Amino acid sequence: MGINVQNITKNFGSFCAVDNVSFDVAEGELVALLGPSGSGKSTILRIIAGLEVPDRGKVFITGREVTTLTAQQRKVGFVFQHYALFKHMTVEKNIAFGLEIQKRPKKEICKKVDELINLVKLHGYEKHYPAQLSGGQRQRVALARTLATEPAVLLLDEPFGSLDLKVRQNLAAWLKELHDNLNITSIFVTHDQSEAIEISDKIVVINRGKVEQVGNAHEIYEYPESRFVASFIGQVNVIDAFVRQDKIIIKDTSLAIDKQRTEAPDGSEIVLLVRPEDIMLKECPTSNSLECRINKIHYRGSFYEIDIALGAFSIKAIENKNSFMIDKWREHQNVAVEFKKYKIFDIIGGHGAVREQLRQLGYIE
Amino acid sequence: MKKGNVAKNALIVMVVMWFFMLIMVPVFGIIQEVFKFGISNAVASLLTPHARHAFLLTVCITIAAVIINSVFGTLLAMVLVKQKFKGKLFIEGLLDLPFAVSPVVAGFMFIILFGPQGFIGNWFENQGIKIIYAVPGMIIATLFVTLPFVAREVMPVLREFGLEQEEAAYVLGASRWQTFLKVTIPSVKWGIIYGITLTVARAIGEFGAVIVVSGNIINRTQTVPLHIHQEFTDYNYGAAYSAALLLALVSFALLITLQTIYKKSEQS
Repeated sequence: MGINVQNITKNFGSFCAVDNVSFDVAEGELVALLGPSGSGKSTILRIIAGLEVPDRGKVFITGREVTTLTAQQRKVGFVFQHYALFKHMTVEKNIAFGLEIQKRPKKEICKKVDELINLVKLHGYEKHYPAQLSGGQRQRVALARTLATEPAVLLLDEPFGSLDLKVRQNLAAWLKELHDNLNITSIFVTHDQSEAIEISDKIVVINRGKVEQVGNAHEIYEYPESRFVASFIGQVNVIDAFVRQDKIIIKDTSLAIDKQRTEAPDGSEIVLLVRPEDIMLKECPTSNSLECRINKIHYRGSFYEIDIALGAFSIKAIENKNSFMIDKWREHQNVAVEFKKYKIFDIIGGHGAVREQLRQLGYIE
Repeated sequence: MKKGNVAKNALIVMVVMWFFMLIMVPVFGIIQEVFKFGISNAVASLLTPHARHAFLLTVCITIAAVIINSVFGTLLAMVLVKQKFKGKLFIEGLLDLPFAVSPVVAGFMFIILFGPQGFIGNWFENQGIKIIYAVPGMIIATLFVTLPFVAREVMPVLREFGLEQEEAAYVLGASRWQTFLKVTIPSVKWGIIYGITLTVARAIGEFGAVIVVSGNIINRTQTVPLHIHQEFTDYNYGAAYSAALLLALVSFALLITLQTIYKKSEQS
């Protein structure tokens, strides 16, 4: 097994940073810990590395319990957000640091450093100091330094967080490739959902110190288990509604669509979660469409974003630039809208209390 | 525009004149006096046994102060920056006390504490160790007045240095001691060097605290500033100016070094 985290809890004073978190990382897997800033994802990573001591819970690395071991004894690789390179040492010396601590023979160290310089494509920079390198180069040195001691697992704390978009994308793709070649069990922390979707085998979504959902990118995006996951990964429209027999009626309107699923019983309060790209604009009403109004059409480069009024709700639709007939639509024009796909969350309770309950549950702000 | 230039130039002239009157003129005065005294006489006066003893003693006390201060100053900075404990703010505030307290007052404090009537001094006296009116007391007094230098210089560097590099070293398998030697110390070395330079400058010139605790005994407890004072009060102006000039030159060389170090540390 790669890494197992069992019931980890960590409080900082009265603030609960990590709340009973458990998840597994299979050997050779690349897992993303995804969550907003302050969600406790970095703390979890630091607990796995031994840089932070959990109040409760256990950590296993390659099947061995390491909860009571120090960071030195755990032999994990850790890459810091701000690189944490040794500023007074050259690139070479930085990479050799771990090996020198292990008192490996000089020849071996030289060979290994050469190999890693190759791997991270930093030829000619051996004698440079970190201050003389760009952000992307520094992070590559940090990776090489970490890989030098051949750790069993690799932990990356927002590894591309302080880099430009382009550099970040290149480095992320490169990391994915590197991981596929080395096949080293890895966890990386990120607040960037596209980064998580792009390079991870599995995503652990963290919110307020708790695991919200674990799954691959497809599962997380298509089958979110909570309002938080649905809204944090990609965009989503939230619409209050209730069930009447076989219809879903949008709150405060007479608009209704056919109920597809049987989970929500007659009379129950629900919320509909609809992704912008799952909203279809129709010229003529269909049997299952809703009467709406276009508020605004925004040009967004490769797509159009359309603000639509659905009763009292304002929802967003996204239309591909090539398939969207821009000439057909005008702002303030009536439009029939169909939901290609949506997700229902049940609400139990009185009619007016829907949003309040959602708020308390943390589903909406 | 023109009016602004006039004001600007006037300001520059004023500052330069101020600088000259306060610093350069006295230095030239000393140099002139030394030449009046004659170079050979000056050299001879610096080579008398009690002058040589004074210089030697100053060097010894300075070396002792530098060694002890750089070790404890660095430790003090580490503890104050990295550890959390009750009364930390109190100690941090107290750290500047030697700047605020008159050296003469500090000297008297040490006489009370380490003198033969003092509690600690009495104990040492019984062990046959003399502190006041002897070299140990002079070292203690010098340590007191130079205490903040290394710590105050290292603390901001250490704060800026942060924790990440040390954590990186831990994860790479380095022990706390290895991390301290290979990562922390090299990172704060310019702070330490800067602090040491300031310590040296203060130690070689300290007068007030040292004259109180030393008893000012020729050939025994007389440092260079005390020696200069002695020659001056004995109307040996030539000898006093010669020693003063040498001391000033050493301080000047030190300040130049300090500037170079500062520039270098800014670059790296």
